[in-house]
Amino acid sequence: MAVATTPKTTAERAAAARRRGRGRKVSGGSVAIGIAAWVVGLLFFAPVLWMFLTGFKQEAQASTDPPTFFFTPTLDQYRAILDRSFAPYFINSLTASVLSTIFVIILATPAAYALSIARIPKWRDGLFFFMSTRMMPAVASILPLYIIAKNIGMLDNITFLSLIYTAMNLPIAVWMIRSFLIELPKEVLEAARVDGARLFTEMRRIILPMIAPGLAATALICFIFAWNEFFFAVSLTATQAATVPVFLVGFITSEGLFWARLSAASTMAVLPVIIAGWIAQKWLVRGLSLGAVK
Amino acid sequence: MASVTYDEATRFYPGANEPAVDRLSIDVADGEFLVLVGPSGSGKSTALRMLAGLEDVDEGAIRIGDKDVTSLPPRDRDIAMVFQSYALYPHMTVAQNMGFALEQAKVPKDQRAKRIRDAAKILDIEPFLDRKPKALSGGQRQRVAMGRAIVREPQVFLMDEPLSNLDAKLRVSTRSQIAALQTRLGVTTVYVTHDQVEAMTMGDRVAVLRDGILQQVATPLELYQRPANAFVAGFIGSPAMNIREFPVIDGKARIGELDLPLSREEVEALARDGDDKVLLGFRPESIDLVTRGEGFPVEVRLVEELGADAYLHGQIVGAEHVESDVADIVTRVDPGRPPSIGSTVYVRVQPGKEHAFSPKTGLRLG
Repeated sequence: MAVATTPKTTAERAAAARRRGRGRKVSGGSVAIGIAAWVVGLLFFAPVLWMFLTGFKQEAQASTDPPTFFFTPTLDQYRAILDRSFAPYFINSLTASVLSTIFVIILATPAAYALSIARIPKWRDGLFFFMSTRMMPAVASILPLYIIAKNIGMLDNITFLSLIYTAMNLPIAVWMIRSFLIELPKEVLEAARVDGARLFTEMRRIILPMIAPGLAATALICFIFAWNEFFFAVSLTATQAATVPVFLVGFITSEGLFWARLSAASTMAVLPVIIAGWIAQKWLVRGLSLGAVK
Repeated sequence: MASVTYDEATRFYPGANEPAVDRLSIDVADGEFLVLVGPSGSGKSTALRMLAGLEDVDEGAIRIGDKDVTSLPPRDRDIAMVFQSYALYPHMTVAQNMGFALEQAKVPKDQRAKRIRDAAKILDIEPFLDRKPKALSGGQRQRVAMGRAIVREPQVFLMDEPLSNLDAKLRVSTRSQIAALQTRLGVTTVYVTHDQVEAMTMGDRVAVLRDGILQQVATPLELYQRPANAFVAGFIGSPAMNIREFPVIDGKARIGELDLPLSREEVEALARDGDDKVLLGFRPESIDLVTRGEGFPVEVRLVEELGADAYLHGQIVGAEHVESDVADIVTRVDPGRPPSIGSTVYVRVQPGKEHAFSPKTGLRLG
């Protein structure tokens, strides 16, 4: 019947269906949402863009009123930063962030396993304990930490800072990884046990590959938190172990602000995070929505 | 190959007062296909998981062959399990899925590859060996799950509703394939299902469970012909057996206008318990339409026509009705000449095809 009344080829009908589909998509509501999304996105991005641009200005152009939009870009600021030995700070930051992230993942994964799949007695209390360690403000702990570091000769030491960052990020990582483990189908783990897997094999061959996107997301977040951490870094380090955020503050001096130089340095500081985020992007989206999409 | 013995095996879930499986005792012979069947919550899956080692045995014991496995972890029991959700490893290819257990058992690589190929050939999944489970259809995944089990050549196969995620047509064909495969491999198999058709067609013997308690374990035909109690009688067979309570007068059950004589054993058993009623069951296929005077009258409420069969749902005229809208008798009728709705027909239970149960205990009389 339908064939008789519509003398069209399948291809024509498919094309018509596509046209109808396209027409439906562009409704007034979705246009408004699209515009709003762009406006909000640009609003958030604008300061970063301004920082990026300012880094290529001369100091005189950086703090004019009204702002300077057109200028001849210069690499003077970057040159000056590299002259002021930016590298050691950068390496310190990288060391502390990478080391602490590795420690966190190694420690948090078994902890999360014990709080989700092989639940220990009082696992709820365990979870709460982890969260409660983040409830005290960092300022309250800095004095004892300082004294401990001083007594064991670990002041201004990048290993010590890495350990502090590990402790700082561990609770978040345990909670995140636990949420990924809970989503794993129980039967797959049981199948592995019936197939002869011991705990370590189950972990390495079955669980880790399945939650890899989640681990990537967790690692990235820990990396960013450690990379941007300022308070512990400025309190516990001096010259040897100072990190990038400490370096940046050096541009705020009593003689005034060096906007252009600060911007250039900040640009260099956010670069690793952006690169890490970009690399992890594919994993990150899957990781953050793991379980939501089956 | 080995036998399987449940010896008073009991499982209490933490916090529960009633056992999920209560003193289960079954002997499964070497090479036998045993089906555990029951409604949801009957403990059939728990019983299987106890055998797998995925669930603790709180009392009693479970043996595979001569080995007491009661407290052994799953990996030391030499069993293979097929899960309802298939539980394939999503990040591994089909070949890796099938080879994982062999790898754990330290089977050399070349042997491993050969056994995977052989199993894949049996199950017709050779073309998919390099695919991930995600890229397979439901039926293909099911076969990979089977392949993962048979490649191990274990002592016992455990299957937990392996067909319930397939569509109806595929389920029927896979059902016979699994049964044929099991016969060919001769591996002792314990199979869980809630589907009584699967139970009847696949099992050498069928164990019926209810509320964690074994009701009867017997061959499919025996379950059908001599159910041990009213529950088994109602559970096995489709459409279900008609089971109703009827008054007993002078050793005869009064069904509407008709008196159905009971056997001497049945009458004696009822007298012992002081019952003046009997629980009678008769299958829809054991009832004939007869002329007036030969049977009891039934008012036709509904006729289901299935092509090959037709089923009449009706009410016995003159019997006490609990709920007036519920049909209290279902009988198979000739699909060529179905009775019309609202008419009254006369039916008769084929001689000797009635099942009598105690109204108090539900146990079979005689």
